[in-house]
Amino acid sequence: MSTGVAEKTQKTVGGIRRTFAPWNDPQAVPLIRYQNVTKRFGEFTAVDNLSLDIYEREFFALLGPSGCGKTTLMRMLAGFEEPTEGQITLAGQDLVGTPPYKRQTNMMFQSYALFPHMSVWDNIAFGLRQDRMEKGAVAARVEEMLKLVKLEKFAKRKPHQLSGGQRQRVALARSLAKRPKVLLLDEPLGALDKKLREETQFELMDIQMELGMTFLIVTHDQEEAMTVADRIAVMNHGKLVQVAPPAVIYEQPNSRYVADFVGDVNILDAKVTALAPGLVTLEAEAAPGMKLTATQECEAKVGESVALALRPEKLRVELDPPADPNVNCLTGTIWDIGYLGDLSIYHVELPNGTRVKAAKPNLTRMVERPITWEDKVYVSFTPDAGVILTR
Amino acid sequence: MAVKSGARSSGRWLVVTIPYLWLLALFLVPFLIVFKISLSQDAIAQPPYLPTFDLSEGWAAFKDAFGELSFENYGYVLSWDNEFIEAYGSSLWIAGISTILLLLVGYPIAYGMARAPKSIRPTLLMLVILPFWTSFLIRVYAWIGILSPEGLLNQLLIALGIISPDAPLQILATDTAVYIGIVYSYLPFMILPLYSALEKMDETLLEAAADLGCPPFAAFWKITWPLSLPGVFAGCLLCFIPAVGEFVIPDLLGGSDTLMIGKVLWTEFSVNRSWTVSSAVAVLLLMVLVIPIVFYQNLQAREVEGR
Amino acid sequence: MRKGLSWFNVTSIALGFAFLYIPIVLLVIYSFNASRLVTVWAGFSTHWYWQLFQNEQLLDAAWVTLRVAFLTATVATVLGTMAAITLTRYGRFLGRTLFSGMVYAPLVMPEVITGLSLLLLFVAVGLDRGFWTITLAHITFTLCFVSVVVQSRLVTFDRSLEEAALDLGCTPFRTFFVITLPIILPAVVSGWMLAFTLSLDDLVIASFTTGPGATTLPMRIYSQVRLGVTPEINAACTILIAIVTVVVIIASVMTKRQEMERQKAERMAAAEA
Repeated sequence: MSTGVAEKTQKTVGGIRRTFAPWNDPQAVPLIRYQNVTKRFGEFTAVDNLSLDIYEREFFALLGPSGCGKTTLMRMLAGFEEPTEGQITLAGQDLVGTPPYKRQTNMMFQSYALFPHMSVWDNIAFGLRQDRMEKGAVAARVEEMLKLVKLEKFAKRKPHQLSGGQRQRVALARSLAKRPKVLLLDEPLGALDKKLREETQFELMDIQMELGMTFLIVTHDQEEAMTVADRIAVMNHGKLVQVAPPAVIYEQPNSRYVADFVGDVNILDAKVTALAPGLVTLEAEAAPGMKLTATQECEAKVGESVALALRPEKLRVELDPPADPNVNCLTGTIWDIGYLGDLSIYHVELPNGTRVKAAKPNLTRMVERPITWEDKVYVSFTPDAGVILTR
Repeated sequence: MAVKSGARSSGRWLVVTIPYLWLLALFLVPFLIVFKISLSQDAIAQPPYLPTFDLSEGWAAFKDAFGELSFENYGYVLSWDNEFIEAYGSSLWIAGISTILLLLVGYPIAYGMARAPKSIRPTLLMLVILPFWTSFLIRVYAWIGILSPEGLLNQLLIALGIISPDAPLQILATDTAVYIGIVYSYLPFMILPLYSALEKMDETLLEAAADLGCPPFAAFWKITWPLSLPGVFAGCLLCFIPAVGEFVIPDLLGGSDTLMIGKVLWTEFSVNRSWTVSSAVAVLLLMVLVIPIVFYQNLQAREVEGR
Repeated sequence: MRKGLSWFNVTSIALGFAFLYIPIVLLVIYSFNASRLVTVWAGFSTHWYWQLFQNEQLLDAAWVTLRVAFLTATVATVLGTMAAITLTRYGRFLGRTLFSGMVYAPLVMPEVITGLSLLLLFVAVGLDRGFWTITLAHITFTLCFVSVVVQSRLVTFDRSLEEAALDLGCTPFRTFFVITLPIILPAVVSGWMLAFTLSLDDLVIASFTTGPGATTLPMRIYSQVRLGVTPEINAACTILIAIVTVVVIIASVMTKRQEMERQKAERMAAAEA
């Protein structure tokens, strides 16, 4: 890929990304439809009456802890598992009963599953040869794929002669070679180290845009899901908890589970004391007598218990009280400080013993930190910083 | 490294030396003796061959003895007038056919075992190994009672009306009985290497093949079979090499016309009492088998010592 | 698609095991036959077992065989374990190729060759043939089997355990007995059992290397079998099969129980944590 192409792609990426939201378009026809799908293994229910639509050209992530059913959901699309109940359609075709080798999906396996007795070239050509593609066309497609993943020089090698990162690229090239309707990625970057993983995430996004394909990725790594995906489905116990674009998942989680699973969060138990349109007044258990406000609508009634979720980076820690009276403010003591280089994380103990985390970017090269252990501090946040969670 | 400093310790030296010397004295030296005797002549003496090297009679006598060595026995063994060449050929043929039969019988069993649920695999494995722990002789013996003209197989076939009582199948004392005996006795040796190769195989490779459009039967030939080849080679060599020199099975189950070199060697040694000819037969047998043996050794060393 | 057996798998396993076991089962059944004709069933009888226990030749042979097998297994286990350590731990040394060749070759070497060559050695050095020559011969070929069994355990052995012991001040010699041996013990024990059975089972090598007064059980059975099938031999075989089966089953039950106890302990430890 020359730099010129890369730049051009980058530009269109931004353009498409901003406007790409078929899930909000009632006219759009989903490419993949899970309808009331249940999968049981003996007594264990891996996927529980789940319905989900995924659209063409979408980069969709299934996120959840291990055992939440995300992998089973993907394997049912590939055809390795059959749903116990429900229907799965791909481009309008019912998939149930179709064996994996007749489905237009391809998968990149977590273990890569590269055929150890075949060269890189033969691995990539394997799927094309199954389709009885004509020789010249196979060669052309393999070369194209090798170029795409920048492995032209390694075509003759066997998988065990490659590094982990190179194997990952071969697996990707092999699963892309047939131009499947959907590419399934099962924890594709799990075996790579952090730096390589981050680079590869961006490459995956570029490749997806360039080929205009639909990608479905399974991961337990929330940062990975946030980086690559157009939409994320957070799963737990075989059910979808929330399906939304990354920013919505992060800033407007619909439950304690999602808030807690995606990113770092402080959850304060609180009671609703007053309700006005677009404004909720609360009293936190950790700060009795203090009036807290949140600018949002709320399903809960006055007197009900809710949770106020606050991301660490939305909290300000200062030695002096905030000047603005509309800002919510708690008091506490610095209990611990974690210096991460770019950020410092302050652990503040509130009067009732609850600890909250606040992240502060280190904008200047400070030798001494002005805030230190056991300082009395003010923790403040604006009314739009917190999210009220009723679930 | 700490372990390397142990290199100079006498303990380490002993660990290498004792088995090394043992094998030199009781495995390598005997072969040299066999080779030497194969170049000697029969004699009515104790030991029954000439010359004997005896340093007590002085260096000159020792040197003279060298002059008496000759390749005469090899000429005898390799002459078309005697049945030795035929016996080598027929041994290789019988061992080869048996090995193919073993592979055909053993592969589906090993394949089924490797695909069985993990929980029952140890039991299946034990059931394959168990007959191996019972005496080889007993297992061959059991077939005599089954295959003989008035044996259980003929009784069953007569009772089912498949053959008439007047014309029982003559299986015992034929090459067919030898094939059955070899396949039966060597089956665990074929199954075990095949099983360990098939069991090691990553099942996701088959999923990957299916995902890329390859139906199960084709996937077997493109993925499973090539990846099981080390097991196939190990199993075939493990069966073929000893089968070539097999003595008990052709002796008990084969007929008088079943010609196998192990039996010939034994007859030459114990009936004709020619130690020199039997040594020549042994040396030639070893030369026939040296290529498969070396091949097997390399395979085994790679397998056991890892890479 | 991956779990579960197809009908083809089940059929091939079932047919395979039927092939392996039917001859043995028939042999056992006919040892209880009242008739002298092995192939005609004439009612249940334990007659041949009583006959067997009065056959002194057979009992003598059994006693010789057991002594040879016990001695063989014990020495072969020590030598085989040493060979295994040499091949897995010592890397390159002078003559390694020859050594590893001598360890693996006897696994496939036709017995007639091994037997003949050992006999000629014993004659050449003027050793009286009998009990001791059989034992020496058996040690030589069984030690290779022990070595392979122990090696396969040693290659999966976590070397850092030994390094930890050395680091904590244990001498290499003590490390072997305190750390290595207890961990590879199951392989050593199964090596011993393998050597014992191979020695018990061997006919050809024993026939070559034996001398007057030392007849092993397989040799005795073989000479009787050549004269024809008799229910007495069936009875002898049945007893051997019974012993082996009981030992193997006890061994596997014990391993299984150990494994289960270990898993239970691990679960409890996990629950406590």
